[in-house]
Amino acid sequence: MKVALFVPCYVDQFYPQVAIASLQLLAKLGVAAAFPKQQTCCGQPMANSGCEQDAKPVYHHFVDTFQDYDYVVGPAGSCVYHVRQHFDIIDQTPAVQHVRTATVELFDFITQVLGVTEIPGRYPHKVGLHLSCHGQRGLHQANESEMTPVRDGQLRRLLAGLDGLELTELDRNDECCGFGGTFCVSEAGISARMGQDRVADHLRHGTQVLTGGDMSCLMHLEGIVRRRQLPLRVLHAAEILNGALA
Amino acid sequence: MSQPQNHAQRSDLFLLDEERTTWHDETLWFVRQKRDRAVYATPEFQELRQLASDIKDHTLSRLAEYLEQFEDAALANGVRVHWAADAAEHNRIVLGIVRQAGASRVVKSKSMLTEECHLNPHLLAHGVEVIDSDLGERIIQLRDEAPSHVVLPAIHLKKEDVGETFWQHLGTEKGLTDPQQLTEAARQHLRAKFLAAEVAISGVNFAIAETGSVVVCTNEGNADLAIGLARVHIACMGMEKLLPRLSDLAVFTRLLTRSATGQPITTYTSHFTKPLPGRELHVVIVDNGRSQQLGRPDFRASLKCIRCGACMNTCPVYRRSGGHSYDFTIPGPIGAILSPNIDMRKHASLPFASTLCGSCTDVCPVKIDIHTQLYKWRQVLGAEGMLPASKKYSMKLLSRVLARPALFKAGGAAARLGLRFVPHALSHAPGYNPWAIARELPAPPKQSFRDWHAAQAATPAPTV
Repeated sequence: MKVALFVPCYVDQFYPQVAIASLQLLAKLGVAAAFPKQQTCCGQPMANSGCEQDAKPVYHHFVDTFQDYDYVVGPAGSCVYHVRQHFDIIDQTPAVQHVRTATVELFDFITQVLGVTEIPGRYPHKVGLHLSCHGQRGLHQANESEMTPVRDGQLRRLLAGLDGLELTELDRNDECCGFGGTFCVSEAGISARMGQDRVADHLRHGTQVLTGGDMSCLMHLEGIVRRRQLPLRVLHAAEILNGALA
Repeated sequence: MSQPQNHAQRSDLFLLDEERTTWHDETLWFVRQKRDRAVYATPEFQELRQLASDIKDHTLSRLAEYLEQFEDAALANGVRVHWAADAAEHNRIVLGIVRQAGASRVVKSKSMLTEECHLNPHLLAHGVEVIDSDLGERIIQLRDEAPSHVVLPAIHLKKEDVGETFWQHLGTEKGLTDPQQLTEAARQHLRAKFLAAEVAISGVNFAIAETGSVVVCTNEGNADLAIGLARVHIACMGMEKLLPRLSDLAVFTRLLTRSATGQPITTYTSHFTKPLPGRELHVVIVDNGRSQQLGRPDFRASLKCIRCGACMNTCPVYRRSGGHSYDFTIPGPIGAILSPNIDMRKHASLPFASTLCGSCTDVCPVKIDIHTQLYKWRQVLGAEGMLPASKKYSMKLLSRVLARPALFKAGGAAARLGLRFVPHALSHAPGYNPWAIARELPAPPKQSFRDWHAAQAATPAPTV
């Protein structure tokens, strides 16, 4: 099995530790992922801004970069969702079709492709899980409160399986954090207010470590946490799981 | 201060009152939770959604046939049927009926269509008194405001605001905030209007092609009271309100109020089929842009909407920006996909008033793919050149960089280096960097992942 690590552009530049943790976690689970270094971005920032046509060269570049791999694994539900969902505007060559289906979110890859549903390890903290909307509602990685009161999902189970880890129960389990790509600057006021409300829900219920599968939501929430100097650590779930797994 | 130009600017005005924003958000979230409880208690809810979606898709695919079938059945029942291509024609028709009836006093029950057509100002300008009889509608009519929600038109107001308005217009005691006393004052005031009205105007929730009847759902019974008392009833409907058969209706009545307020059914679900002897029943069928939307394959499904408001109650943006921030008759996510069809330039910011979180799509009782349509409207607006120049050119530049790995590597390194050495006050200046108004930028690492990875490869060390 030939696996490539897809490192979203902002993770590469601002959160290298998240990509390192993903690479190491995969290695511990027996997968030696390659890092094709010509990779850049999935093109979502342009497309979500209404400039999908401008994103086409980026889509082609993505496909060219990853077409020779069996799986393209990314620690970011939103970017993965974009590749799978929105690369439909370029010619659907076999390479494009392959890359769209082969691109998989990290925790989907671990639980569904590798079949690993429990990671042995210890993390004695109260952890608040922030579900990314594209991961949850787009990739169906977790139950949705619009459909059922049952709070369940693969990442929730992986985290809950760690010794000593207590998950925070939030008032609003799956409210959007307000990042929304370029929304965070074009609607900066609403975006910030949504993020502040999200962080407040975690603080109210005792979250010590705020985590999730999408660093973009977490970058936004961390920006608010740091501005307000709140007592919260923000970590990608790959960092927690990699740290806990011997 | 100049008039706000777009959704973000109008939201910023709403956000100025932090406490009221919190209250608005929590009030609508409370309604969303009531909806959730009703949905969880209905095991077949997802099947009902699919069925409703299929019925609406089918009806839209043969809309012309069903409209004709409806007209034939309604005419056979003694109903007078009128067709209006746009808002102006709708208003002319309604005024004509009122004048022909020799009437000058009209009561209206809730109708988003007549709001869309701006019927009230038209009637008032021609000397006809028109009174909104839905409590929320009456409150905003007294305040000369537009509805901020399709089901809860005065949800942006607190009971203190209502007390103030009633003190000014209905002569209640100043400072009265008791909801029961305020409602009683409205009842007394409206009762006189109901008794005096010569014409009753209502909206239409559903029209049944098979029977030629229209169905009006209310909780207050105001439509029934008005229609029962007035000699002439004018029912105004958008042409997408049709259902093929009476038996289809049950699917929708089960979905409508569960989605809207969490009730199993509206208090009053009234069917109007034939006028009573000596009375008149008119139905005005309005296009006003609906045919054009029906002709847009990507956006056609927006016409399935049954105006339950669930997408507003769930939308994290709407809850914090208020209905008026949309500056369109139908606010919230559904309004953001309906409005560009009416005036693309004026409403160009609305499809961007969303994080594309998708909650709207998941609550929609007729399964409209709202967040997908928001994304697609963005592309249409981009192609039509209606994006702000800053966005357009920055995205073109970004695309060039992201298609070229070497440029990306160099650009990223420059940005990280810049952030490390540029003073915080400059990198976080709110005038230049909207991110930094409420947030810190990420602390820039010395090394990108790609640099780290290259260094690892150069010095093979034991992994991990």
